[in-house]
Amino acid sequence: MANEKFTEGMEKLAESATALANQADALAAQAAALVAPAVPAASHGTTFVMLFTIFVLAVFVGYYVVWNVTPALHSPLMSVTNAISSVIIVGALIAAGPAEWHLSKVFGFVAVMLASVNIFGGFIVTQRMLQMFKKKK
Amino acid sequence: MTQNTAAFLYLISSVLFVLALRGLSSPTTARQGNLFGIVGMLIAVATTLAMPNVLSYTTIAVAVLIGGAAGTFIALRIQMTALPQLVAAFHSLVGLAAVFVAGAAFYAPEAYGLGTRGAIPGGSLIEMSLGTAIGAITFTGSIIAFGKLQGLITGKPLVFFGQHFVNLALGVLLVALIAWFATAQPSLGFWLIVLISLLLGILLIVPIGGADMPVVISMLNSYSGWAACGIGFTLGNPALIITGALVGSSGAILSYIMCKGMNRSFFSVILGGFGGETDAAAMDLGDRTVKAGSAADASFIMENAASVIIVPGYGMAVAQAQHALREMADLLKSKGVTVRYAIHPVAGRMPGHMNVLLAEANVPYDEVLELDEINRDFPSTDVAFVIGANDVTNPSAKTDPASPIYGMPILDVERSGTVLFVKRSLASGYAGVDNPLFYRDNTMMLFGDAKKMCEDIIKALE
Repeated sequence: MANEKFTEGMEKLAESATALANQADALAAQAAALVAPAVPAASHGTTFVMLFTIFVLAVFVGYYVVWNVTPALHSPLMSVTNAISSVIIVGALIAAGPAEWHLSKVFGFVAVMLASVNIFGGFIVTQRMLQMFKKKK
Repeated sequence: MTQNTAAFLYLISSVLFVLALRGLSSPTTARQGNLFGIVGMLIAVATTLAMPNVLSYTTIAVAVLIGGAAGTFIALRIQMTALPQLVAAFHSLVGLAAVFVAGAAFYAPEAYGLGTRGAIPGGSLIEMSLGTAIGAITFTGSIIAFGKLQGLITGKPLVFFGQHFVNLALGVLLVALIAWFATAQPSLGFWLIVLISLLLGILLIVPIGGADMPVVISMLNSYSGWAACGIGFTLGNPALIITGALVGSSGAILSYIMCKGMNRSFFSVILGGFGGETDAAAMDLGDRTVKAGSAADASFIMENAASVIIVPGYGMAVAQAQHALREMADLLKSKGVTVRYAIHPVAGRMPGHMNVLLAEANVPYDEVLELDEINRDFPSTDVAFVIGANDVTNPSAKTDPASPIYGMPILDVERSGTVLFVKRSLASGYAGVDNPLFYRDNTMMLFGDAKKMCEDIIKALE
């Protein structure tokens, strides 16, 4: 007897728990729906601040690192910075990435080509220069 | 690959780029630094290739192959004397690539997560147009610089009436265009920004004379970095932003060092109109006399000296005299003479150009000293051998407040026992200033081609 009642009670409890869970789900979905449209609007602002932070810190890093470069190596410095600034190729690769051809892919293709000239040319000419700097025997 | 993994890998490549520059603090670590740079670039490229929306590997391979082959070919063939032109040409490519990437982002914003065509966020459009504008200015500016360095365009400053006003007007127009583009995002706006910036790039560099090219080339180096930065902001890619900022500040520092080396303000260089070559015939000697000597005289003087300081300049590069010069120095060293080299910050047509040329001729880098390191040694030196340099030795920079180069730090060659001055004629240097050094009692002019003169001295020494 008592056992039956207990099972009945448990079933009711389970039912209400499920109902509660469903309610919570609905609430969560509602909350998400509320937040979702706000996110893209805010995201550009916050991403910009984050990227700008990175930018400012990188300028400082560049400043201190470059003042440490010996004047004798200023030419290799120019050619190596030229080579690494071709990291712009990452943007070009994404543009050239899609399977089907359109204007943007053409731009990407050209940009990949131009950046490749620089990457190969820049690093090789830097290497050539640095190879020549030798100490007194 | 998740976005976090990609971001992490981009961070690694950024750190490697910092280490690449760090390596250049000494010639012993520089090659390792270059290796870091190469690895960093490989990681950045591989990470991007692994992204889910990058599919057409064949197309990309073709582009890399064409570009890479061209770059490799040029880099292996280029003569070290033509380095400034090469660097200028490479800068122009970075600028153009930035314009193309910005164009791609404008026409297919979905690929970069920038919304859809016609509905790109205003902030992204401003970043995009800044990257485009700086890229386009870098492109044409570098082409003009290339033309001047290669001798395709006259090295003389090209000035016309109302030039600064035209530039200013174009600058204002550019800002207005960017504002229009950011609000209405028309494709016409994009192309007008490109067009005006291309024009501005030409007009900004055309008035700058050949002697100021070290500043210009450093400045364009800086611009190419800022262009990459602008694109980095558009695409939200920290690796691009960090690298662009590194390159941008590097170029800015080099421009500053070059300006200081000429005692000019950055703005006076940018505004241009300085320098130009004057004809030798126009020079009035007056009652001043010039002592001219032969290769035999020079070899006799140097052979009997205890110490010689060689002061090379752009003329040595033009005459390709660095190898003959090193041979001459070796012979002197074998006769017990101490030989060192003194490099002025603005010698040559790009920062550090002379150091590379001497290194190419197998001169050990520890014999090559900078202005601050060696200037106080001239009074205790027997012979200063000036080859292809001029303005950087001109004492009127210290004594004549009316001189256009007054205040410029110079190498005090006149304080050494004897000055041997190798020069083709009595013509003035790029700054268009007469050099009183020529008429001093302790100066002996060696008239002739720099390379020929060195070879003749070698013969006399043997």
